[in-house]
Amino acid sequence: METKRLIIVAVGGQGNLLASKVLGEAALAAGVPVRMSEIHGMAQRGGVVESALVFGDAHSTIISDGEADLVVGFEPLETLRALNKCHARTVVVTNLTPLPPFTVAIGRGVYPDLEHLQNLIRSRVARLVALDAAALAKAAGSILSVNMVLLGALLRVGNLPLDADAVRETIRTRTKAEFAAVNLAAFESGFAHVRD
Amino acid sequence: MHRLLTDAPGQQMLMLGNEAIARGALEAGVAVASTYPGTPSSEISLHLFQISRRTDLTFEYATNEKVALEVAAAAANAGLRSLSIMKHVGLNVAADALMTLAYVGVRGGMVILTADDPFMFSSQNEQDNRYYAKLSGLPMIEPSSVDEARAMMAAAFDLSEQLGEPVLFRTTTRINHSTAPVRLGPLPEPRTRGDFIKEPLRCVTVPAVSRRLHVRLLENWEKAAALSEASAFNRVTGSGTWGVICSGVSHGYVLDAVADLHLTDRVRILRIGFSHPLPERMITDFVAGCERVLVVEEGEPYLEEAARAAAQASGITVPIRGKGADLFSRLYEFDPALVRRCLAVYFGLEAPAVSTVDRSEVPDLPQRPPNLCAGCSHRATFYAVKKAAEGVETICPTDIGCYTLGFLPPLSMGDFLICMGSSVGTACGFAAATDKKVIAFIGDSTFFHSGIPGLVNAVFNQHDITLVILDNGTTAMTGHQPHPGVDMAALGIQGFGRVSIEAVVRALGVGHVTVVRPYRVEKSVAAIREAIAFKGVSVVISQEVCTLYARSLKRPRAKAFRVGDKCRNHRDCIQQLGCPAFYLDGQQVRIDADLCTGCSVCAQICPEHAIVPVREG
Ligand code: SF4
Repeated sequence: METKRLIIVAVGGQGNLLASKVLGEAALAAGVPVRMSEIHGMAQRGGVVESALVFGDAHSTIISDGEADLVVGFEPLETLRALNKCHARTVVVTNLTPLPPFTVAIGRGVYPDLEHLQNLIRSRVARLVALDAAALAKAAGSILSVNMVLLGALLRVGNLPLDADAVRETIRTRTKAEFAAVNLAAFESGFAHVRD
Repeated sequence: MHRLLTDAPGQQMLMLGNEAIARGALEAGVAVASTYPGTPSSEISLHLFQISRRTDLTFEYATNEKVALEVAAAAANAGLRSLSIMKHVGLNVAADALMTLAYVGVRGGMVILTADDPFMFSSQNEQDNRYYAKLSGLPMIEPSSVDEARAMMAAAFDLSEQLGEPVLFRTTTRINHSTAPVRLGPLPEPRTRGDFIKEPLRCVTVPAVSRRLHVRLLENWEKAAALSEASAFNRVTGSGTWGVICSGVSHGYVLDAVADLHLTDRVRILRIGFSHPLPERMITDFVAGCERVLVVEEGEPYLEEAARAAAQASGITVPIRGKGADLFSRLYEFDPALVRRCLAVYFGLEAPAVSTVDRSEVPDLPQRPPNLCAGCSHRATFYAVKKAAEGVETICPTDIGCYTLGFLPPLSMGDFLICMGSSVGTACGFAAATDKKVIAFIGDSTFFHSGIPGLVNAVFNQHDITLVILDNGTTAMTGHQPHPGVDMAALGIQGFGRVSIEAVVRALGVGHVTVVRPYRVEKSVAAIREAIAFKGVSVVISQEVCTLYARSLKRPRAKAFRVGDKCRNHRDCIQQLGCPAFYLDGQQVRIDADLCTGCSVCAQICPEHAIVPVREG
């Protein structure tokens, strides 16, 4: 099976690990080989959390620079930082809601302009899908479902060896029962947001 | 039921490496497990702790790794299967016990899990613990994947019983924190009560006994070497005259590189999974059948040197390379592209094209370093110490925990750190060697781990130091594990005693002991000032629960604060505290009400009294 490599970058607390887990479980249920790894050293203390998911016939669980086929960024600055993972055919999905790091508040760095950030990414990779996932999540019922909005957008982009229904089913059965409905609504709104 | 107790042999489950390891130990019938938490190994213990609450498994959070190893060593000498879990540097702490346990051996199977951390994602060094196997003479097993980690656990226990020696089980972060489908094996009913048979001539290591035990260890070493030669964990795959020797996660990178470079009929791979004693015969034969050999291993050239020595002993001159300026480094972790490039370079192929995109126009991006949580009590303590020490020249040795982050600006509290417990010992040295005031920081769990001997030393040798014990009621950094100072009954968990830090400190004869509540800023500053002025050993115990832990326990939260109209934008709050709940809205300082925990420290230090509680409604 052709190998697809996906990187998800997020800020601690954004639910990136749950998003990876949903994709991993969906792959396992569908019989798609999957391996993942994550670095969540001090995630809860506001650091960056990066997950790598490798679908198909590979043995590695990590993804080298320039080798991600897909990058999903839960936070725009972190998406731009992950540009080192991209190649010219990479598809990038990003949330547009900034979470400025604390270094910006204490004057150690400037948050990049969002237009410029998008242009930079768009001009380097095959496709950039940018959406205000926080707003969509809120409309779906909970700001905490940003991860599901982005999963919806990712599945709509359609480059993974997984179909959206398998992911829907996993969200239904593998995320906490009290959040499943909101999670599904969030997934659908992300899914519907992306046009061909 | 805990998901790791799923009794469905043959079923596949998605598991984190650490879950697979815990499951493997359960499938091996482990009866006693003990640990001191340390990333990247912590989740193994977390699961075993949870499981021990509902089964006959004995699990202990020990005060440190040495004690954890001793607990497991005794259980194994009482005939039970035992597991001791630690991060790589934890094995340094346990090394004293390890080295002589190798002489004594075990009756029940005993596995010592050491989780190495190449690249130091969350560690102070990236030492290669394979050398502990060589140093102690004990067998070592190393998985290359998550599923193999589960399967190898049971084999490690069997091996331990076969030899009567503990077995080292080495992982790296990319095993512990990778996730993959794992096929479940059967769960046996473990034997959980053992008995100790007195055998003083094996178990009491006076010199005369040890002299004979060393002979026994060397005999076992021989036996283990024979088992390693025959082990299915050491295996050759592929065909061709270009040889690759590898172990651990590097094996996966090698397989991918060989496929990507279309070398399946050129490259033979010797994967080492039983890495001490090494199968010298097998390595020699492998090398002899190759034109040239590349050794792919993270960390030190452990396999490379052994392969060269084995080849030399048989007069084989096939080139063997691994570490080198044009090849692999001893530094950090490997990745698939690096391994692919080195394979191509070494075997004289065209280097694969680099596929990264042009990033020359990407501006300098603001960093996102980890930071103490909003409302973290350590921030309040550091602030108070800083205020109290104004005008005093200080040296501040610090220690290992979330509070290590206090060394970053704007708090900048933390000048020296080498290992767990080093704050107190080095404080003594700085006090002896300089004329500056030494103020050391240590967390509650670290104090129990290895801070107490340093404090005893300070009292005995009459050093002039102030030790600030940051007591937040948990082992926060590794995921909120308990420690001996925690009130377990208050958490609804029965069967635990409790050791009071204050009582320990007083009993040691410390001349000046104060307990402060760091959210009361003025009082804390005054009390700390007194402690600093005291000549001799003073201890300040700063008590406030870890706010992240309190939140996870669903404790009631204080009301959040906001920046009111009186703000004149001095930004003392941001500049001095660096709490991540602050942000700038244009030029105006604001507080994110979702992040604010209502600790009120900023409100107490704002010169304009502009920070006020959020109004109801
Ligand atoms: S986890 Fe607890 S101790 Fe660690 S930074 Fe957060 S509040 Fe502080």
